[in-house]
Amino acid sequence: MANNKKKNLTPVQQEYQTFENERETKRPLIGNCIKAFITGGIICLIGQGVQTLYIYFFNFTEETADNPTIATMIFIALLLTGFGFYDRISQFGGAGSAVPVTGFGNAVISAAIEHRSEGFVLGVGPNMFKLAGSVILFGTFAAFVVATIKTILIQWGGL
Amino acid sequence: MLTGHRTWIFDQKPKITSTGTTGGPFEAKGMLAEDFDFLHSDLWLKEDSYEKAHKVLLEEACERAIEKAGLQKEQIQFFLAGDLINQITPTSFAAETLGAPYFGLFGACSTSMEGLALAAYIVNTGGANYILTGASSHNTAVEKQFRYPTEYGDQKPPTAQWTVTGAGVGLVSDKGEGPSITSATIGRIVNMGMTDPYNMGGAMAPAAVDTIETHLKERNIDPSYYDLIVTGDLGHIGREVSYDLLKKHGVEIQEENYQDCGLMIYREGQPVLSGASGAACSAAVVYGHLLNRMKKGDLKRMLVVATGALLSPLTVQQNETIPCIAHAVSIEYGGDLKK
Repeated sequence: MANNKKKNLTPVQQEYQTFENERETKRPLIGNCIKAFITGGIICLIGQGVQTLYIYFFNFTEETADNPTIATMIFIALLLTGFGFYDRISQFGGAGSAVPVTGFGNAVISAAIEHRSEGFVLGVGPNMFKLAGSVILFGTFAAFVVATIKTILIQWGGL
Repeated sequence: MLTGHRTWIFDQKPKITSTGTTGGPFEAKGMLAEDFDFLHSDLWLKEDSYEKAHKVLLEEACERAIEKAGLQKEQIQFFLAGDLINQITPTSFAAETLGAPYFGLFGACSTSMEGLALAAYIVNTGGANYILTGASSHNTAVEKQFRYPTEYGDQKPPTAQWTVTGAGVGLVSDKGEGPSITSATIGRIVNMGMTDPYNMGGAMAPAAVDTIETHLKERNIDPSYYDLIVTGDLGHIGREVSYDLLKKHGVEIQEENYQDCGLMIYREGQPVLSGASGAACSAAVVYGHLLNRMKKGDLKRMLVVATGALLSPLTVQQNETIPCIAHAVSIEYGGDLKK
């Protein structure tokens, strides 16, 4: 892709981009991966702890405890977003805080907070899912494709 | 007047007789807190939206500049200003409060010097006696428009910059005392095919280099003529790239005489990554800190090169490259003014 892009550039632009690239601070990729691993791991550990609490104290089974656990994690993300901490965790943790359900919650909640100055109907309503909308659409579509493949394999593949 | 293709020499030496600057809480913790006229502890400025707060920043800066000059707002003949928000509404709404005849400008972060160059031109030709010009930006209002919601957890790369909350305005006049505006070079669009909106410094550096080189050539002066050549908001990366590029093109500037407003305003340790940016960055630093230094006799001649990236969120999503521009204005105080 990088090479494809370069084809459309003039020689002067290519020369400059090489020149600029040598002086550009790069994303610390390995460091970011380690931080994401730790941050994501901690969030999942908390989630596991919450799930265990539901199973031990509220008579949930391992399967039925999923829903209240997710709701609790989103509620925690809501508080952290509202008090302005979640974006700081993300600057450190990157994908580690974006991939778990708390990241999804943060995307919805931050957009809702941001657009409340435009009112509930024209501001919060349409903008709330402006980041998370893609996740819902393509997540549902991906699930549909995977489920279709599974159905085909079971029906005709004899699995 | 016109020297070369795009440099104006102002023979009447219009002066910046007074200035007004405002800043937000993050700027109050920065290096230049003492140079601001007003600092706010709250990003909302007691308004119910960031856009309204943005407007108030500019209004207060204008009020302060007019008050310091000992004028009434009715005496302001033209108001030339701009910002980064869609259709520059904060500036236009502030212009409504001010009531003066108004030109709305859009040059992204180069608006401050675009306005100053035009104001100096109008005053120089006798088109007006008092012109107010400036630029403003508000961190969260700009983030909301150009990037993600402010509380959204998005990891920014080390090349990203922090938008300044603030405003800076200057009163340009042919009467009174103050630093003189001696010349201006108007930038043209330079597009090096950069596409990363998180690396504005790298995208804008060639525009700054183009304008600086043209300015020096058309005025036929050496870089050492200036005590300070200061760029608007290139940040760490853009400053280094532009400095090396100038060197490569044979323009030798003393390292300490080549600085960037985006690297002056905040302290080491504030989480601004590559530095500050935004329309208010060059406006607040020049109309506040740098002119104060001039008045103290610290600086005699400086060239301010405000850089702007003329992109929108839409063009970024459509994978367009980033067109950039830089306008240079020379300001001199004390010493001999070159004719």
